[in-house]
Amino acid sequence: MDTFITLILIFVSAAVINNFVLYYFVGICPFLGVSRRVDTAFGMGCAVTFVISIASFLSWVFTFFILRPGAPLATWVWQAFGGDPGTVVDLTIMSYIMYIFVIASSVQFVEMYVRKFFPPLYKAFGVFLPLITTNCAILFACLEILKQVTGDTPWGLHHALVFAIGGGVGFTIAISLMAGLREELDMCDVPKTLKGPGIALIVASILAMAFMGFTGVEKGIATSINSFRAETKAPMEPKIEVLTHPVQIPAQPNPSDMPADAAETDQGSSQEPAGEPESEPNPTENSEKGAEQP
Amino acid sequence: MANHEPTASERFINGIIPENPVYRQLLGLCPVLAVTAALKPAITMAGATAFVLICANIIVSSIRHLLKPHLRILVFTLTIATFVTIADRFLAAFLPNMSDVLGPYVPLIIVNCLIISRCEACSSKQGLLPSLGDAIGMSLGFTLALASIAGVRELLGKGQLFEFTILPESIWNGWGIMILPPGAFLTMGLLLGLVEWVSPMFKRGKEEA
Repeated sequence: MDTFITLILIFVSAAVINNFVLYYFVGICPFLGVSRRVDTAFGMGCAVTFVISIASFLSWVFTFFILRPGAPLATWVWQAFGGDPGTVVDLTIMSYIMYIFVIASSVQFVEMYVRKFFPPLYKAFGVFLPLITTNCAILFACLEILKQVTGDTPWGLHHALVFAIGGGVGFTIAISLMAGLREELDMCDVPKTLKGPGIALIVASILAMAFMGFTGVEKGIATSINSFRAETKAPMEPKIEVLTHPVQIPAQPNPSDMPADAAETDQGSSQEPAGEPESEPNPTENSEKGAEQP
Repeated sequence: MANHEPTASERFINGIIPENPVYRQLLGLCPVLAVTAALKPAITMAGATAFVLICANIIVSSIRHLLKPHLRILVFTLTIATFVTIADRFLAAFLPNMSDVLGPYVPLIIVNCLIISRCEACSSKQGLLPSLGDAIGMSLGFTLALASIAGVRELLGKGQLFEFTILPESIWNGWGIMILPPGAFLTMGLLLGLVEWVSPMFKRGKEEA
């Protein structure tokens, strides 16, 4: 499949279809804890998106060059210290420790950097940054990248980044929606036993049901993009010509049969081409040519 | 609580019901919601979490005098990550089916707030025995919570418990929604309400007696 379509599909499926919070249940703690007001929830979402992108970038680099089986850097070190060149170096067992280290240190550095250079931004979401270290969403993104990089069709850096940003956007959407709902819930008369997290979880269940409605959207997007491309780029792409020619070619070699029928049909239904322009454009063209030729 | 340090047995009892990690403290919800579509993966998950929690508590409690305050969270997470790697490899080797079902949620034990919060609240302050009691109590409480949610979901969703049919299809058409993500949130929310509703009655009963 085309890279562009793959990227769009990765983004859409991470953001809405397989939403991090409502489908994979990662990042539930902030989802319930920081979703009382919309502005703080949105700030948390932005902070998570920011950190998840950085952590995914780093974890892709580490996975690709060090951790995956046969990774270049690890192999080079192995051979530099006199290891057997035929051995496939596999450090995937180190991956969890590596990722936790990467996440913790990148959160630390992001916090220091933002505090030093963007004080307003730090005021906006600085308080959430330390919390993010233990946000499952980020480790989940890293693990998904590990799975895909060691998989059959390895992800490139662009796939990993798009996946991470999509996940962050999905998290922001979910937590902002939830905060909006909870602001309204404050005015409602909730049964005493369900107050607080109980009713929040039930609301989350309804949200999850709503997000289940997106299932299968990715197939629709893929087909619509493909058909759009087929329409616009039909003359340029050789594959599509191969598909369409065999339909047209048989009509052209026997014009001798066509003119009589075509002339009749033309006379009989002269308004038809306006009604069905797409279904039979080629036969009418051929018949017109055939009619002109004699 | 503030004046005297709780003993091992107090910690142990505390973890199961009065300070149940899931229903009372709302910790570690990610596996609670994700792997409770059926009882088997839920119990496996609880076992893995218990292993990691107990081992991490033992290690942290025995090195608690060496910990520097600003580095302690990092030390906690690295300790936990080591044990999670062991648990993950063990599951992949001996229970490959469960390992496939649980998927990324085994490594996600690393960032389970339950374990970090127990390291922070108990084992970095108290000796080996109380933190061991705390870890076992908390893991039993966690297992109880996971099993209750998974039991409700599997029974209502498929009419089965531990993959044995309890309610045959002639009586019970499984509610498909219960084994899908929304069912997890719904069950958890309603059970939380139930616990809130039941626990004051017990307290009142104790005070009267």
